[in-house]
Amino acid sequence: MTTTAPDGRAEPTAVGDDILRVEHISKRYGAVVALIDVNLHLRRGEVLGLIGDNGAGKSTLLKILCGFQPPTTGQIFLEGQPVTLKSVDHARSLGIDAVYQDLALVNQLSVYHNMFLNREKVRWPLLSNRAMRNETRKRLNEMGIQIPSVSAEVAQLSGGQRQAIAVARSVYSNPKILLLDEPLAAMGVKEGAIILDLVRQLKTNANVSIIIIAHNYGQILEVCDRVNLIQGGKITLDKTSSETSAQELTELVVAEYRRALEERQRSA
Amino acid sequence: MSDTAERSPDLLGPPPGGHGVGGNGLLRTLRWGTGAFLRQREATVFVVALALFLYFTIDSPDFLTHPNMATLLSGDAAPYIILAIGEVLLLICGEIDLSVGFTFTMAPFLMYFLITYDGFPAVLAIIVSLIFGLFVGFVNAFLTVTLRLPSFIATLGTSFVLYGVVLTTSHGEPVDIPASAMHIGKFFGNETTSGWGWSAFIWAIALVAIFHIVLTNTRWGLHTIAVGGNLLGAREAGISVARIKYGNFMITGMLGALVGLQVAFYDNTIDPSAGGYNYMFYAVAAAVLGGTAMLGGAGTIIGGFLGAMLLSIFTDGFAIIGVSANPLFIVFGAGVLAAMIANVQLGRLREAGGRRG
Repeated sequence: MTTTAPDGRAEPTAVGDDILRVEHISKRYGAVVALIDVNLHLRRGEVLGLIGDNGAGKSTLLKILCGFQPPTTGQIFLEGQPVTLKSVDHARSLGIDAVYQDLALVNQLSVYHNMFLNREKVRWPLLSNRAMRNETRKRLNEMGIQIPSVSAEVAQLSGGQRQAIAVARSVYSNPKILLLDEPLAAMGVKEGAIILDLVRQLKTNANVSIIIIAHNYGQILEVCDRVNLIQGGKITLDKTSSETSAQELTELVVAEYRRALEERQRSA
Repeated sequence: MSDTAERSPDLLGPPPGGHGVGGNGLLRTLRWGTGAFLRQREATVFVVALALFLYFTIDSPDFLTHPNMATLLSGDAAPYIILAIGEVLLLICGEIDLSVGFTFTMAPFLMYFLITYDGFPAVLAIIVSLIFGLFVGFVNAFLTVTLRLPSFIATLGTSFVLYGVVLTTSHGEPVDIPASAMHIGKFFGNETTSGWGWSAFIWAIALVAIFHIVLTNTRWGLHTIAVGGNLLGAREAGISVARIKYGNFMITGMLGALVGLQVAFYDNTIDPSAGGYNYMFYAVAAAVLGGTAMLGGAGTIIGGFLGAMLLSIFTDGFAIIGVSANPLFIVFGAGVLAAMIANVQLGRLREAGGRRG
């Protein structure tokens, strides 16, 4: 495998404990280039923060990683094996699961019905509601997720609680890799703490590797082992969290903005 | 590797167990509020229906009599109730069937033609007529799900087609129930020989019980709510949205055919002017009065049943005490509007509740 990226940054190190490796991924939409030669790796049990401003290419990368769309060029390796993700379902069957905020939950159904949606426990022809309630209660307790009641309608939960339920449901199918898309979006600090606690909890207990995609990195940095900054479709920084800081990341993003502004003024 | 995780625990806000303690009381209130809303809606409709029932009983000695109760329950309420079951299921998964009233009109004619012209035994003709209902539902689902027409338009189209077929094949004339079908007719609600009068209503109650359990306590019901409540989320979870919608359209079509046969047997005639939009709109109104949301995701069979009962008591009662039916439509319309407004406001309340907590 290659070990040198053209710009010398974000080298894909061919280490044996990489669960996911992405090499030279580019994505074009017609004339628009969304990703340019992206290299990224995720170690087993690691929490990687994928950080970038709006429009930097985070979402495009997420869509490629979860099987929603193929890259234009480049290769994905899962546990060292080259894979082509054909669909979201295919990616999920390989153990890559994405949680898109709380969009996957059905507000009108109870927490436990959501937890077991399409995997319901049944004593044909009826639902085994009690078994599902107990199992849900047990699961959520193990994960330290607190809600008023597992029978509560999801509509009555707070944003943080809903996000936690969505994550808990994904973890239920034992994914190897969990992609969390903006898990703290539109959440207060206290709310966000629920999710951060959950991520820590998963890291120690659930044997899952996590990529957190976020544009607001202040809080995220606390739970990440490593951070990749994505700017203009390229990964421009790859450091462990202890080597960087929210301040450094902010400065990088602002510097990029200034450069773009100057260029525009010069050409105008 | 995980050194950063412990970096600043004091920044994490309250320790686990502290989350949302302040919000717990509020959440519980909201949970009670919205969770109870549907039950409360059912209770409201029940109370209004009961009050009307008592009023008519006191006001007119002709109201609480065997013949009038039989007419009210089997003649008026039963068809509305059974059609409302189908509409509730469809409305919950985000669709509507405007054609069910014409499936109703067509089914007994089909039975008549099969017996009279093709020499089918009566039982077989009835079974084929019910399957015809399934088929209409299938076509509606094909137009809506597979060809992606809005169900409002798709079923409007099939309504006209069905009505045209009924008028063409029957030449617009009513026909008698074939003699060979009469012995089964008793089972379906024909009262000419017994005068007992309750068969159709018992059918309705049985179907309400069955579909209430289907909606609240089976995977089918859960998935129906999921499809209407969050289409993308349901699909994400691997639920076959098409299968759920096809199924509910077909159930509705079959119930429409069943009601058509029942009313034909009850009235002891097969009439091209029976059924139609009137029955369909009463069924939709019953569903809405009972708390079913037009935008999908919420509703109950019991609510539809109570809505249908309210409408039946309302129309029958005022007819009995001799008030002209014409101004009643104003009250009726206002009732449906009030129910709709309540539904929409409930939706807003839910949203707000979720965001706040």
